[in-house]
Amino acid sequence: MTTSKIEQAGGATYVWVDDRLKSAKYIKKQLGKVFPEHWSFMLGEIALYSFIILLLSGTFLSLWFKPSMIEVVYEGSYLPLNGVHMSEAYASTLDISFDIRGGLLMRQIHHWAALFFVAAISVHLLRVFFTGAYRKPRETNWIIGVGLLTLALLEGFAGYSLPDDLLSGTGLRIAQGIMLSIPVVGTYVSFFVFGGEFPGDDFIPRLYTVHVLLVPGIILALITVHMMLVWYQKHTQYPAKGHTERTVVGLPFFPVYMAKAGGFFFVVFGVTALLGGLFQINPIWLYGPYVPDQITAGSQPDWYIGWLEGALRMMPNWEINIANHWTLSINVLFPAVILPGLIFTLMALYPFIERWATGNPNPHHILDRPRNAPTRTALGTMSLSFYILLWAQGGNDLIASTFDINVFAITWFMRIAIFVVPPIVFVLTKRICFGLQRRDRDKLLHGYESGVIKRLPSGKYYEQHEPISDEARAIILARATMPQPLPMPEKYDENGVRQRNYLIKKLQAKLSHFFYGEQIPMPTPAEIEAAMHHEAELTAERNEEISESQAKALSPHE
Amino acid sequence: MTIEPHGTSDQLDQLPEHKPRRSDVDVRAAKRAERQVGLLFLGSALASVLFIVFYVFTSVDEEIRLPGFGYTNASNLLLGLTMGAALFLIGAAAIHWAKKLMTDTEIVEERSLEASSDEAKDALLEEFRRGVDDSGIKRRPFIVGSMAAALGLAGLPAIVLLRDLGPLPGNVLRTTMWEPGMHILVAETHQKIKPEDLEVGTLVSAIPEGIDEVMEEEGNLNALAKAAVMLIKMDPDEIVADQTPPGEESWTYEGILCFSKICTHVGCALGLYEQLTHHMLCPCHQSTFDLSDKGNVIFGPAARSLPQLAITVDEDGYLIARQGFTEPVGPSFWERG
Repeated sequence: MTTSKIEQAGGATYVWVDDRLKSAKYIKKQLGKVFPEHWSFMLGEIALYSFIILLLSGTFLSLWFKPSMIEVVYEGSYLPLNGVHMSEAYASTLDISFDIRGGLLMRQIHHWAALFFVAAISVHLLRVFFTGAYRKPRETNWIIGVGLLTLALLEGFAGYSLPDDLLSGTGLRIAQGIMLSIPVVGTYVSFFVFGGEFPGDDFIPRLYTVHVLLVPGIILALITVHMMLVWYQKHTQYPAKGHTERTVVGLPFFPVYMAKAGGFFFVVFGVTALLGGLFQINPIWLYGPYVPDQITAGSQPDWYIGWLEGALRMMPNWEINIANHWTLSINVLFPAVILPGLIFTLMALYPFIERWATGNPNPHHILDRPRNAPTRTALGTMSLSFYILLWAQGGNDLIASTFDINVFAITWFMRIAIFVVPPIVFVLTKRICFGLQRRDRDKLLHGYESGVIKRLPSGKYYEQHEPISDEARAIILARATMPQPLPMPEKYDENGVRQRNYLIKKLQAKLSHFFYGEQIPMPTPAEIEAAMHHEAELTAERNEEISESQAKALSPHE
Repeated sequence: MTIEPHGTSDQLDQLPEHKPRRSDVDVRAAKRAERQVGLLFLGSALASVLFIVFYVFTSVDEEIRLPGFGYTNASNLLLGLTMGAALFLIGAAAIHWAKKLMTDTEIVEERSLEASSDEAKDALLEEFRRGVDDSGIKRRPFIVGSMAAALGLAGLPAIVLLRDLGPLPGNVLRTTMWEPGMHILVAETHQKIKPEDLEVGTLVSAIPEGIDEVMEEEGNLNALAKAAVMLIKMDPDEIVADQTPPGEESWTYEGILCFSKICTHVGCALGLYEQLTHHMLCPCHQSTFDLSDKGNVIFGPAARSLPQLAITVDEDGYLIARQGFTEPVGPSFWERG
């Protein structure tokens, strides 16, 4: 029996594994796996690493945190609250902050990481949306991503609520008020969740299990599938010279990507730790324990709940009394239950709607430049403006006090703007995309403006245009692969029989025109020919003028 | 200038030529990069040691003044800085190592993720059919029906098990602990209060007498979440109207009104009172109630007026409730009507 190289190299552990899994071929392939490089591919990584930081710091916190609503009298290091009645949850959070070395640091790391987690997911989602990375074959991963965002919001809110301070308790009170607004079952939902009336004494322990076990467990499972799909389907990449639908271009997993991605984890963790050391976040000791008849001005949730808070603040006070027996609180139900439900459903369905509009079954591995898909880009910025308005309204009291504006005026402005601004943003974005497409077209036809100004002997000035590089051309030409709008279906076929599913096909064609009907045409070969011809003529004219004047200069006696 | 529209696609499919880095061609540059990576790792090691030193020698409640930041907890600051540095430097070293010394020549890999061949799909379908046939699921309807019943019912106990999560709502959302004759205590001091103790223009938070005992017994803050009220004393001329039903003795006593402190929107405690206009604003969502006019909503998302509590004084002149609330306080709920 011969000895393999790996045995000679002392890879005893590996040999042990291979004897049982026969994995040499598989692992060799994975070590050499290619990962494309781009800064925007690191956004999802930040989310992943933040989650790991959350698991680590959260485990630390759970060693001291007591998820209990039993009333205690505080006697700890934080003197201003000495002798105050509070829940054990709040008291143990004070202990972590003031009596355990590194406890405050871990609490702040945990909170900063949570803020980053949701932020990174959100920006990652925007990147995936605006570049069309969700298209076939990656729709499943998009839906998992939407699920992860939803769970991240829920998990963040749950964690924020655990310390039972005045701010978080107020947040829970709002959540309970929202539950009550659900028709028919709302009151029962609230009583089952809180173990009776609000606030009760069951909720914090229940929420703790949701926060440290149930939701993170689901998040972990979904992240695992998310990553496995990315690995198996291979990463998308941006259009560039040498990038095709058939191949993936980048650096090998081992050692390059492993070092970069592993290193980036430490960078994210390091930055979070520095923030935890330098910048105070959620100083619950300043808010005091939760008491249902107390409140502070400027009550704000964490940033990622701001849009829901804003929706609640923006909504007019519509409430319907049904037959004097039932109350339908549209003022709460719509902004806090129906609206988020609609938004997340639309988000999950979006890839399928767009794919239906293209009417084509092709997979896509090369990303779109946002300008090349103007309608998608415009839908994205439109939605973003909608979100930002809701989010700003969530801080309308802070805007009011900072800029000294009437808070009611802000609310009225937002109520109108939420309908007016998004359509304007849609139209503007589309126009900007077309403008950029025209510029690209111009570059293909006439090259780029070199910035070199020349003067002809006649005194005429002209700017020299230079041909763009192959790298630049490859990026611009990627637009040629965008889908064409589907033709409008004929209502009757040649025999005068009405087409099956005519209305559905018509809807599909209309949607297709909405998405792809308007594009700045790519230059045709004839147009490029004409542009070249024109350019050649100009050059010839200039050369002629130059040689004429040179000839004149050489024969002064004429 | 030249643009070549034709025949460029082959060329555009080619990767740009690889440009070598300094460290690829210059041995000294590579050596320098190696030193830098090593120093970054050593910096991290040093920071880890410092972390332990600070952990041991910094008191947990020591304050330190940081220029530009003000006073901050010394232990938190030093532990954060050293831990952050220890982690960050490992990352910086690894990335620097990858960027300077590991390959940056791009590799092309086939995607090979087309759909399976028709033969493979057909073979799968065949295999699936074989299993279906073998199970006899189409031929033995009794098994299918009984299995559906078993699986369906097996889920029910899981739902029924959740029944004891909480009591049924019953009527509890309609009542508070306020009862006729109950003393109104100032929330801050837990003292009874006389009308003359209140000056015109003031607002105080108040609670029913005996609420502490109730909360002690129930072991939660539920009573307070419903019974919290506020007393407002106004110039009687400024009161436009209160909620006294026609024909009843006034619910307001000598210009003193008592309203629920729980917002009718989603239940936040009210908190921002504007003395001049008698407007009470909820800090959560800016629902605004006019306390001089029946506690009506004048702005914001709340739909219902603040419930008013009828008050009077006892024989010693202390403020008491004349009756409980006549409508549910706090957020609306489906059965409210």
